[in-house]
Amino acid sequence: MEVSKIDSIIEQYGARESALLAILQDIQAKENYLPKDALEYVSQKMHIPLVRIFRIATFYNALSLKPRGLHKIDVCLGTACHVRGGSKILEKIERDLGVSVGETTKDNRFTLESVRCIGCCSLGPVAVVDGKVFGRLGQDKVSGLLKEFK
Amino acid sequence: MKIRTKNDLEKMREKGLKNLYPKETKVSVGMATCGLSTGADKVYEAIQDEVEKGKLPIQLAQTGCIGFCQREPVVDILEPGKPRVFYQEVTPDRAKELIHRWLKNEVVGDWLLCKMEKEDWIAEDRVQDYPIRQIPKGIDGTPSYHQVPFYNKQLKIALRNCGFINPDHIEEYVARGGYISLYKALFEMKPEEIIEEVKRSGLRGRGGAGFLTGNKWETCRRAKGDQKFILCNADEGDPGAYMDRSILEGDPHSVVEGMIIGAYATGAHEGFIYVRNEYPLAIQKLLIALQQAEEAGLLGDDILGSGFSLKINLFRGGGAFVCGESTALMASIEGKVGEPRAKHIHTTESGLWDKPSNLNNVETWNNVPIILSRGAGWYSKIGTDQSKGTKVFSIVGKVKNTGLIEVPMGITLREIVYDIGGGVPDGKKFKAVQTGGPSGGCIPESLINLPVDFDRLTEVGSMMGSGGMIVMDESTCMVDVAKYFMDFLKGESCGKCTSCREGTKRMHEILTEIAEGRGTMDHIELLKELGWVTAEASLCQLGGTAPNPVLSTIRYFQEEYEEHILHKRCPAKVCRALLQYRILSNVCTKCGRCAKVCPVKAITGKKKTKKETGEPFSIDAKKCIKCGMCFETCKFEAVEVQ
Repeated sequence: MEVSKIDSIIEQYGARESALLAILQDIQAKENYLPKDALEYVSQKMHIPLVRIFRIATFYNALSLKPRGLHKIDVCLGTACHVRGGSKILEKIERDLGVSVGETTKDNRFTLESVRCIGCCSLGPVAVVDGKVFGRLGQDKVSGLLKEFK
Repeated sequence: MKIRTKNDLEKMREKGLKNLYPKETKVSVGMATCGLSTGADKVYEAIQDEVEKGKLPIQLAQTGCIGFCQREPVVDILEPGKPRVFYQEVTPDRAKELIHRWLKNEVVGDWLLCKMEKEDWIAEDRVQDYPIRQIPKGIDGTPSYHQVPFYNKQLKIALRNCGFINPDHIEEYVARGGYISLYKALFEMKPEEIIEEVKRSGLRGRGGAGFLTGNKWETCRRAKGDQKFILCNADEGDPGAYMDRSILEGDPHSVVEGMIIGAYATGAHEGFIYVRNEYPLAIQKLLIALQQAEEAGLLGDDILGSGFSLKINLFRGGGAFVCGESTALMASIEGKVGEPRAKHIHTTESGLWDKPSNLNNVETWNNVPIILSRGAGWYSKIGTDQSKGTKVFSIVGKVKNTGLIEVPMGITLREIVYDIGGGVPDGKKFKAVQTGGPSGGCIPESLINLPVDFDRLTEVGSMMGSGGMIVMDESTCMVDVAKYFMDFLKGESCGKCTSCREGTKRMHEILTEIAEGRGTMDHIELLKELGWVTAEASLCQLGGTAPNPVLSTIRYFQEEYEEHILHKRCPAKVCRALLQYRILSNVCTKCGRCAKVCPVKAITGKKKTKKETGEPFSIDAKKCIKCGMCFETCKFEAVEVQ
């Protein structure tokens, strides 16, 4: 990641420790994940030991040290989605894409993840693709949904 | 427009009223996350296209969710002289048709959710009538808003504006009585008087523990310190609860106003709203609201010329459930990992950066302006002895009507599940309601007449939590539910306390053993013991309440555990290792749909055609992965699960 981009992100928040999470989220928003060189640079620039940055980066679910695919699928596994078969939706997507949850397809097209609850419980089971929420899902609707993003 | 006087506020209100009730027809589309997930954006675009193309005399607006999320997308039409109508499950095609019909003074009765003849403005005890001069054709037989079973037992205080205003327009919030309480607080009340009023109202924190809000404020006000903080917990992590999201997406100013009043009362000059990363739309709406409040002089230096200053920052969470715990939330804002600490010293005395900090959740803040405008006396008349006011619940899961409801405390579970929720769909039998998220428990049918308030829920081994109510029916397995929550908690435990980190993991392992048919009767005792240790030895309430889902299911559904252990049977037909799928050859119509959808080609048979009689299909148990696709696909109930 270009140093100038990181500089401008840090500048926006100020080099305060309390801004670290926001800075990492913005880096991830640009790069799709947290590249190691970017974290090393943030560590130097903000005078925060790299180990502490890694601790933050591995503690929060929203942050990823692994590159993600072009499209990100989050299947909701909240309680309401669970009792309505959310895990079956997840398994169907796993079968269709040939990956397990947390993995990226070989063609780099999809990263499949699960999320604890997105607060769309009335319309479960629910999945989010690239930030767009799809409600009232069923196993039979999965293939069509994936095709939209092929 | 900067507001300095009450007159300025009135001017803003007039502007808002013109937005809310324009002279021409106004069509509003509910565009909260629930609406968007069912295509409200496409509906909006379709109407926009149609209006532009035909140069129709229609004003198009966006709004939040009116609570009946299941019926989204919801579109409402308001025209002077006619009743307001709410359409449900609108598609782009239907949207086009219904606006054209409206312009011909017609409605499509079958698509209507309800009509409305008046609006309650709860903030000021006013009723906004719609003077009706013309009745649209086809509206006969459409129930009024308060006649719809989903709405008729509701009393909306927290959700007062959701679905009725455009959350991006501060003027509309002001028009319905917004920021009037702030004005009253700053100019007509002393901080101590505000605290007294909140104490007298009996308001208890809506985030889970139910601590008395006024008392909390008082401790924070009395705490010594040159700098204090005011915080809003919008890290709504309980799965199945989403009232905070809906309030933030539909009425963000109500939370901002509550916080400013709270800051003035406690003596804080800086605040933070900690919002879940999973709520991007709520973040967007809040940022707009904060900016508008600043521009209007309701935030920043010298608010409304009162000399009081407050800055509110928005902090985006990182997707960690534990950050909903107060000390973890504060650690997270400080830039550390979100780990709780022991609370020998309360955060009201030493919280964020060791300064006195007052944290309340979204719904609590949102109630504050109403308590000031309507008075503690009015507020405390609603609810039960120890739980005052209303509570928003998300009623979801295996229930006919799903959505967000707001009811007076003390209403029975039966009224919520059956009268409002319409009972369990598909003729299935009701089994339990899960409340309180991962810290709560499952309440069985025998307690269906339980009045719902903070203390009664705790008495039966569950808790209020943030208000999620997940209805479960006979096809929900209680062992699976307990296992689900342990899986959730073992993933979300921050790992600081061994008891929670290891306890949840071990409980999950044991529950997995039971669910897969390897359980023994000793496991039940072991679970109880582990649960006790986890609760007693953990620092924060996440660990302290972690065993609740396990203990409450054992308490009320032990026979279901025993079925799994002794007879290797899952009565709800959920625990996969114990299931067997087969096709009843005498019912099979030989259509072959099951074989077509089977992902592992475990189903064979011969399809019936015009020329051939075919052969019934059957499942190869060795190949079957028990995904249930055949079961879901078969229209003739020929697939049996045992």
